[in-house]
Amino acid sequence: MSDMKIGTMTVKAGLAEMLKGGVIMDVTNAEQAKTAEEAGACAVMALERVPSDIRADGGVARMSDPEMIQEIQKSVTIPVMAKARIGHFVEAQILQSLEVDYIDESEVLTPADEANHINKWKFTVPFVCGAVNLGEALRRISEGAAMIRTKGEAGTGNVVEAVRHMRTITGDIRQLAGMDEDELFMAAKELRAPIELVQWVAKNGKLPVVNFSAGGLATPADAALMMQLGAEGVFVGSGIFKSEDPAGRGKAIVEATTHYKDPEVLARVSAGLKKAMIGMEIKDIGEENLIQHRGW
Amino acid sequence: MPDYEHLTVGVLALQGAFREHAIALEKCGATARKIRRRRDLAGLDALIIPGGESTTIGKLMVSYHLLDEIKGIGAEGLPIFGTCAGLVMLARELVEGDQPLLGLMDITVRRNAFGRQVKSFEAALEIPALGAEGPSGIPAGGGQPHGPFPGIFIRAPWIESAGAGVEVLAEYDGHAIAARQDKMLVTAFHPELTDDLRLHELFLQIMGGSDPAKT
Repeated sequence: MSDMKIGTMTVKAGLAEMLKGGVIMDVTNAEQAKTAEEAGACAVMALERVPSDIRADGGVARMSDPEMIQEIQKSVTIPVMAKARIGHFVEAQILQSLEVDYIDESEVLTPADEANHINKWKFTVPFVCGAVNLGEALRRISEGAAMIRTKGEAGTGNVVEAVRHMRTITGDIRQLAGMDEDELFMAAKELRAPIELVQWVAKNGKLPVVNFSAGGLATPADAALMMQLGAEGVFVGSGIFKSEDPAGRGKAIVEATTHYKDPEVLARVSAGLKKAMIGMEIKDIGEENLIQHRGW
Repeated sequence: MPDYEHLTVGVLALQGAFREHAIALEKCGATARKIRRRRDLAGLDALIIPGGESTTIGKLMVSYHLLDEIKGIGAEGLPIFGTCAGLVMLARELVEGDQPLLGLMDITVRRNAFGRQVKSFEAALEIPALGAEGPSGIPAGGGQPHGPFPGIFIRAPWIESAGAGVEVLAEYDGHAIAARQDKMLVTAFHPELTDDLRLHELFLQIMGGSDPAKT
């Protein structure tokens, strides 16, 4: 049909709208993908190693093997996302040709370009990008990101950084919303973000795209905490498949995300879960080893 | 626009674009109520099942004991509007795959029929049931666009076949993408992601009994 348009910002951001209120789970093979779908995940992130293993193994972390991604695509009907390195537009081209449903230009992998992120406008497939504050979120959106997630500190099982980043973004938005229109030009300069996006956020009091939380969530209460802080959904990486009972914990986190304001449900789903992943103190990791500083 | 203030419409709020449906309903003047638990269903005039991931919504409806409950009140005549995943949920049967369904409409549906996300698209749709100026003859929402409806298709399903009691309201590329049966309305696309309220208004008219097709 001649009037049909693909790859528009509306359909890219529209898929993120459909994922809202849901849990996106990291999976490393088809079997885990099925477990995630069965537990109620609204999408899966296909990757070779979950962040806690990447952290432990060290070395360069890259895009996953296309064969593994395709096996996961065959095994589930929910959307399949995959990660490309920051700035690695060829990995993104490969993932687009595999028809993944979303690309995460992710700091969890080793960055390929220390100055430039991928020009996401050139792609039909939508991108989600991490951010620690409003300026970073708006820079990613100006490059074409159709969805934002807080970075948190991936692979730690410690929610403290995700909380910091979500509070920073919502606090930054509140500050903009309270400004006089004349002050927005200076704010844009300080945020290092395009004035048009700054004006939009000031007027609407929210990001122009969906904002999820990620990085360190490990329990149903963590997921509900992030939702109450303003996340529109959550990514859970190592927290599910590094726990003792991924199926049970996955289902509990999904329920907690839906019923995030309902302490009765939260108490019920938190009860009797087997062990969570152990988790790490952020200060024990060392500033130079923090993943959240990747990306600019 | 007619007065819909007395109508309370539930929006299934397990996952997906439920907030956008609630906003559209309130712009039309109706009252929206988010439905997460069985007790939320009491006293509803109608229900919307939003877009989202149909596999996920189906599973959650089972685990929160909403599937049988909604199947029951739907069979008794509660008007239901389903968009995208909501259309899948209302289907009697799927062409491929398996997931919990309400089965309230006599349609067979193909999930993700247009393809994965890279095939998601926008297209202008001709929907004769909306008329030139919306179902009430007054531009909905005080100045909505006339003419074609902005169709937003995201990993969208289509209706592969429909029973005799089903009226197909629109087609795209030879596939049925909007339909009604009694007081049930479905679209494969997402009116809730647009500012165009005509389909929400059509639903409110169908459920209120002031049926534009029969007056």
